[in-house]
Amino acid sequence: MTLAATTAAAHGFLSPTGVEVAFVLVGLATLGAALVTVTTRQLVHAALWLVVALGGLAVEYLLLTAEFIAWVQVLIYVGSVVVLLLFGLMLTKAPIGRSPDADSGNRPVALAVALAAAAALVWVVVDAFRTTWIDLDGPAQGSTDVIGQILFRHWVLPFEALSVLLLAALVGAIVLSRKKKEDER
Amino acid sequence: MHLAYPAVLAALLFAVGLYGVLARRNAILVLMSVELMLNAVNLNLVAFDVWLRDALHAGQALTLFTVAVAAAEIGIGLAIVLMVHRNRGTSDVDRLRDTREQPSAEEKAEAAA
Repeated sequence: MTLAATTAAAHGFLSPTGVEVAFVLVGLATLGAALVTVTTRQLVHAALWLVVALGGLAVEYLLLTAEFIAWVQVLIYVGSVVVLLLFGLMLTKAPIGRSPDADSGNRPVALAVALAAAAALVWVVVDAFRTTWIDLDGPAQGSTDVIGQILFRHWVLPFEALSVLLLAALVGAIVLSRKKKEDER
Repeated sequence: MHLAYPAVLAALLFAVGLYGVLARRNAILVLMSVELMLNAVNLNLVAFDVWLRDALHAGQALTLFTVAVAAAEIGIGLAIVLMVHRNRGTSDVDRLRDTREQPSAEEKAEAAA
């Protein structure tokens, strides 16, 4: 009880730290970019706004002292996943400019489900972690050194299994997208 | 930092992705929304790992694994979308209705009568 009282006295909603202010600002930008991603009618713009959202998340990881995850986020998501999505948009002959049929007919239902999910999740999360603070002082918890040590000391087997999974996915993607010759059909 | 900030941001991002998955019609836009949902989960994992100061850093290791699985998912998903587009000439998920439930013959007869 006294511990909770002292931590509550040390932190407070009314005296946010610089990290908290930065986190909230970047979080607002990320959320706005995500909203534009799912609502815009221009397909290529959706992919470009996705870059903003994922880059904002990389900054959030940096603020949470998870450096390595942040750089992985930039490399994998911003660098390759979005490029893959843009390739997909171009290969499926997505229209440049506004496309009137970007949203399907069940938009009101989707909005209701999403609002209900957001309300329920935010209520539960805020109620559960009202008096919990992350201690960000001390050495960074996600530096490349630390992550490399734990990844290759404690998580070697999942890591290797994952590399086999990636190989299988790569081969599967190649097999799926290969054009069959006419006589093989 | 207050733990509620990353947790609330992750919940809201997840809801935005959920809306995108349900409301979008182009299959590639649906894949983008799935990426948003996966990233919300990653933010939760990292925040709770940093909060708990886990000795094994299970949250961050799991985040790396999730990122790799998401990369595999986007590769396979795009390959499938491209194949559907090549065979059907559309990547519109509303028009892929091969497995929908057909109205039975009795209901048709009742409707006709």
